[in-house]
Amino acid sequence: MVNFDKVTFEYIRRDEEGNVESINKALNEIDLDVKKGDFIAILGANGSGKSTLARHINALLTPTEGTVFIEEMDTKEEDNLLKIRQKTGMVFQNPDNQIIAGIVEEDVGFGPENIGVPTKEIWERVAFALEKVGMTAYREKSPNNLSGGQKQRVAIAGILAMKPECIVLDEPTAMLDPKGRREVIETITELNKKEGITIILITHYMTEVVGADKVYVMSEGNVKLSGTPREIFKEVELLKEYKLDVPQVTEIAYRLRKEGIPLPECILTVDEFMQCVRR
Amino acid sequence: MLRDITIGQYYPVESVIHRLDPRTKFLGTIMFVVSLFLFKSFWGFLLAGAFLVTVTTLAHIPPKYILKGLRPMLFLLLFMMIFTLLMTPGEVIGEWWIFTVTKEGIFAALFMGLRLAFLVFGSSLMTYTTTPNKLTSGMESCFGFLKIFKVPVHELAMMVSIALRFIPILLEETNKIMKAQQARGADFESGGPVKRAKAMVPILIPLFVSSFRRAGELAEAMEARCYHGGDGRTKMKPLKYHLRDLIAYLALIGLIVGCIFIP
Repeated sequence: MVNFDKVTFEYIRRDEEGNVESINKALNEIDLDVKKGDFIAILGANGSGKSTLARHINALLTPTEGTVFIEEMDTKEEDNLLKIRQKTGMVFQNPDNQIIAGIVEEDVGFGPENIGVPTKEIWERVAFALEKVGMTAYREKSPNNLSGGQKQRVAIAGILAMKPECIVLDEPTAMLDPKGRREVIETITELNKKEGITIILITHYMTEVVGADKVYVMSEGNVKLSGTPREIFKEVELLKEYKLDVPQVTEIAYRLRKEGIPLPECILTVDEFMQCVRR
Repeated sequence: MLRDITIGQYYPVESVIHRLDPRTKFLGTIMFVVSLFLFKSFWGFLLAGAFLVTVTTLAHIPPKYILKGLRPMLFLLLFMMIFTLLMTPGEVIGEWWIFTVTKEGIFAALFMGLRLAFLVFGSSLMTYTTTPNKLTSGMESCFGFLKIFKVPVHELAMMVSIALRFIPILLEETNKIMKAQQARGADFESGGPVKRAKAMVPILIPLFVSSFRRAGELAEAMEARCYHGGDGRTKMKPLKYHLRDLIAYLALIGLIVGCIFIP
């Protein structure tokens, strides 16, 4: 589905005469292979290159070196652009800055309008998408009156209406309260399970990646760790080095283990922890 | 205070006026504005006023809500009225220092004030009853003929609708910035007009910066959703004239004819 082949991306800063002032390597020979239907999480602290990586999947950025393939389509080819963007939708961090219309349903219809879907089908798609994110009741409301989590769900519906095969979410919960965060994560988990949509979740909240199939940890433009959440959270020391926090329970369990209390390696949820402690 | 600016915001209720074709409402607003300048007597205002009252009632919008939207216009309105009052020559009623008030002046000022108030009231009725997106497509098709002259009609219409969508967001942001500056001791309320205007600078600069950032993010989000200008775009809500639009046009023509022939 999504394939990165030795992708390097440099932000080049130029002075007024156009001479290169500094080069900032945001991505450094990244290899990535995402299968259809996967739930992938990409973790990283600020400036780790994770947002740059996300923008490559949607062809908003194209690699300086290497190639990104979306289902065999090279993102560098101008002709593939609309097809790629339709296949891999993108949800951004700030819910306000990605809603274009003043009415929920019109915003959800914006994407299909752009790719030339016939009117009747747009309505079907909008109804379907709003239903999937549980926002049907708000279809005629103004987005300004919605909570952050609801706005983000509308944004997801806007992508969903384009019938994507993959949704990339670039820190979709960073500006939300805990309730909104839960709403968004629940919505995307369900889309992945029920609709088989590939999810690429970019975040720095460790608790959100517990449900992922595979986790990549990025730091300074490189993928430093990859594996299942369980494998990743084992590396408490390493994660701290990359300025990431493990979930609270995992941290407690890790510390108790270090003190010699016999707990299994890597506990992810509170329930798990309770079971182990009772034993 | 900034929250009170309701001008140009959609008021979501169900009504005949809301269901009218945006082209009807757009052209209708222009026709209404034209009609306001066709009459010279008090009776004309009665007719135009009756028209506004009818439309507002049909649109199920509380008049208070619209009047509140007019409040920011009040200053401009008074300013222009006072000017007209003092500048119109004619039969002198009173004199004070360098000011003279004439009978003609009083009437001219009154008429001017009413005209302007009606004008703003009428055009805000359009934006209250039409979603920005519909308004965009309405204006787009009304000005569609300009495409021959290479005017980017679609792009302009899109810009207008986005501007409208962001008004409340930017207002909220302005409030936040004001509070943040006040928390650090900024004073917006005291001093003369010059001092107060200067005090606005620390609000405007962050607002500008953040607007540009927003614009960048929005453009990115639109691009990510396959936006590529007006070519090959379909419409979720294509425009279609109905019987009610015909009736509306007839009523508007009636208004114009009435305004021409009124004594």
